[in-house]
Amino acid sequence: MKIEVKNVSKRFESYTALDRVSLSIEEGELIALLGPSGSGKTTLLRILAGLELPDDEPGSAVLFEGREVTASDPVERRVGFVFQHYALFRNMTVGENIAFGLEVRPKDRRPTKEKIQERVRELLQLIQLEPLANRYPSQLSGGQRQRVALARALAIEPRVLLLDEPFGALDAKVRKQLRQELRQLHERIPVTTILVTHDQDEALEVADRIVVMNHAKIEQIGTPTEVFEHPASPFVADFLGNVNLFRGRVEGGKAFIGKIALEGSAIEGPDGQSAQIFVRPHQLEIHREPHSASAIRAHVERVQAAGSVVRVQLLTETSEEVTVELTHDRYRELAIQLKDEVFVNLRDARIFLEDFSI
Amino acid sequence: MNGKHKASEPKWVKSTLTVVALGFLTLMLFLPLLAVFAEGLRKGLAAYFASLTEPAALSAIKLTLIAAGIAVPLNMVFGVMAAWAITKFKFRGKSLLVSLIDLPLAVSPVISGLVYVLLFGFQGWLGPWLSSHRLQVIFAVPGIVLATVFVTFPFVAKELIPLMQEQGTEEEEAAILMGASGWQTFWRVTLPNIRWGLLYGVILSNARAMGEFGAVSVVSGHIRGKTNTMPLHVEILYNEYNFVGAFAVASLLAILALVTLAIKSVLEWKLRNDMRKAALEVVS
Repeated sequence: MKIEVKNVSKRFESYTALDRVSLSIEEGELIALLGPSGSGKTTLLRILAGLELPDDEPGSAVLFEGREVTASDPVERRVGFVFQHYALFRNMTVGENIAFGLEVRPKDRRPTKEKIQERVRELLQLIQLEPLANRYPSQLSGGQRQRVALARALAIEPRVLLLDEPFGALDAKVRKQLRQELRQLHERIPVTTILVTHDQDEALEVADRIVVMNHAKIEQIGTPTEVFEHPASPFVADFLGNVNLFRGRVEGGKAFIGKIALEGSAIEGPDGQSAQIFVRPHQLEIHREPHSASAIRAHVERVQAAGSVVRVQLLTETSEEVTVELTHDRYRELAIQLKDEVFVNLRDARIFLEDFSI
Repeated sequence: MNGKHKASEPKWVKSTLTVVALGFLTLMLFLPLLAVFAEGLRKGLAAYFASLTEPAALSAIKLTLIAAGIAVPLNMVFGVMAAWAITKFKFRGKSLLVSLIDLPLAVSPVISGLVYVLLFGFQGWLGPWLSSHRLQVIFAVPGIVLATVFVTFPFVAKELIPLMQEQGTEEEEAAILMGASGWQTFWRVTLPNIRWGLLYGVILSNARAMGEFGAVSVVSGHIRGKTNTMPLHVEILYNEYNFVGAFAVASLLAILALVTLAIKSVLEWKLRNDMRKAALEVVS
């Protein structure tokens, strides 16, 4: 189902949770709302579910398939909602939890008992928990509970599936597994899905598109590659993955870090304008000799060689702390020791002028 | 708690504390309880049952059952509604409502009784209107029921509020999002989750309703066979030096207390389970 959010705001007494947010979601998409806590992502999700009302302002609307739903209640919206803490009915078994949405339907629209049981079996099969149909939620592990919550949300054949930090309360390993299961589930049942998360890995791995939110506003909307490779703001660059920040300035249409001009850093701005330069750890090169005019001199502070890449921490001439990721091959080739002098080259730096950043 | 801490107190401290506590309990609770039954049975079982079955005693027992039978269900409904409103919604004046619910516990029962006399008595604000319509509240059953409702009002709500706060609103939200009506959500999700807490509140409320003296005494008028509840009947018999009668009726109240205590312990255990589960749901 296509969803449109137009100029939606939500102000609570002391703070603004959403500030004129607009967003369009296509049929069958899996969207991640990504941001730190307090960025408004959960409020947006709850407004889509109908659990919160947006502020009543002219031009503000929530449309499902082109139809205004701002005023209609949750039943009419037919959304499936998964809570961070599962919210399973503790006094009902797994099977009863999944059947609930069908059993509370008015008589004329309620499936027969056999049909409901069949649907419950189907869904239990889908989440691979058939043997646990008669258990109570308190007898399940966190991962199992969240699978049941997902099945329960799907039972009513929702037009849109909303997930509020669904894996936030689970440990790292289970979280990773459920993430993949969610993606596989989405391939099989391509219902429009919106996932709220503060975990960038989760968003990058699962979503078709990511909506990065901060301070009640949307910072950037794009595919995982777009937001990761081409962040639209310093916030997005910083929030998505590890990143090195250099403080620099503009001179003669080029960005400078200390006395060194960055290669290919054509930039428009008045001389002396300060700039933030973001470079991801894998986009830095280390050399033993000054490789080019734009190499920055630095010393090795720490080496962390356990893992799939080698992480080297450097302190530059200009006293900036920098993390570089190298392949193990490159690391052996360089034979770096602590306190060694090295030269760093920046590739694909993202430059933001300070004025535009805030 | 089981004394396996390394920094446990020396033995003599423990035994002294135990002896002091037991001595206090014996003096303040067990002896009086024993005295009630001993005095009631002093002239034998026949006299005991005779004092329970004489018309005035039967009337007092009946009135107590009527007052509790009206007050307890009323407070059950009000208590659930108040706790529901307080824990599931945000609104202005919520903290005022919470303190109002506590008010009957803070006010002396005699004052609560007097307030009703001032409102509904012959000289009271609504007195002339009531008597012109031949309605009697004070010195009659309605006054006794009103006073009982007032003093027992907090018990159910006070039990439910912390429990419902602990359980949060997510299950209700989930139910509503799946298409359940408010009514279905209440009966199928909320009520099963709070049933032990509700029963606990009802038991406490019932014990207070049957045992209330002060407020009821002010509005009752002590008309024997008509407006006497069990506690009032005990007082009258005692003042008339009818000790066997007084203690026989009092023993009924004591039995009620013991039964309440037993049910309460079972419920407390069930309730702790519910609370722990609610906490676990959030943590795990």
